[in-house]
Amino acid sequence: MSINPAWYLSLSIVLFAIGALGVLVRRNVLIMFMCVELMLNASNLAFVTFARTLHDIGGQVLVFFVLVVAAAEVVVGLGIVVAIFRRRANADADDLHLMKG
Amino acid sequence: MTAAVFSVLVTAAHPTMPDVGVFAVAAAIILAGAIGVVVTRNPVHSALMLVMTLFGVAVMFVLQQASFLAAVQVIVYAGAIVVLFLFVIMFLGVDREEDIAAERLRGQRPLAVALVLLGTTGLLLLGEVSKWTTGQPHVAGIDSGAPNVNLIGKSLYTTYLFPFEATSALLIIAVVGAVVLARRPPVVATTSPDDSDDGSPASDVADASDGTVVDA
Repeated sequence: MSINPAWYLSLSIVLFAIGALGVLVRRNVLIMFMCVELMLNASNLAFVTFARTLHDIGGQVLVFFVLVVAAAEVVVGLGIVVAIFRRRANADADDLHLMKG
Repeated sequence: MTAAVFSVLVTAAHPTMPDVGVFAVAAAIILAGAIGVVVTRNPVHSALMLVMTLFGVAVMFVLQQASFLAAVQVIVYAGAIVVLFLFVIMFLGVDREEDIAAERLRGQRPLAVALVLLGTTGLLLLGEVSKWTTGQPHVAGIDSGAPNVNLIGKSLYTTYLFPFEATSALLIIAVVGAVVLARRPPVVATTSPDDSDDGSPASDVADASDGTVVDA
């Protein structure tokens, strides 16, 4: 197991960047959620890498918490998407401007 | 593709195999899946690409002796969260292709790409310059002989007991919130909300409260 931790961190940075790009570029709310999951996974990869590098199990425990928060976020987020769909028939983030002044 | 992922998982269990090859294959799977999530038009394809990325990250966890997290990653993420995504996609019937060539907000994409490239380059340079990965080894290490699950469990129920209990409260709140959000509005609210939307604050408040207040 002799891979330099910097490789993992670089991969994590690139994965996070792709997720952030997806959130910024795509308009479908569901795909934006998936890109948020990509970003959470990138942070998980960094957590596990630091846990190995620093020999501290706390990093892996934090990944566990991130998983729980991701699950809760997806449940509530998809509930909101379903509630939006009752009113209008698409998942386009640009059309949700009810709170615009 | 799934068979390839599983073969990678199996070979990663043997320390004698060249880890660099496993890392390269898993990194290629992760990046291909991530790019697929962003560029695919069909949301169902995006969800399947997300599964691919999650498997790749699980391989990375195995490579770093986090076997419990690899199992949880596959079970919770690929087994529960992506299935939830697919369920909502099919339930709402949005599995049609989306026109992603049209750019509705002018200059948004070049700006987003430039911003992300700038941030990525900055982070990579920062990691190169500041030597993040050369910390002092911790006393209670991962390599203390005990299995991964034992270490995580002991840490979870001692050091991280309060956050652990807090997550239970979070899950309860999420469940209650999802039930409230997904509940069908009362029959009164179904009289075409567009007609009553005349811009006056009173009707807006009435509209909003219809979905959340239980009729007595």
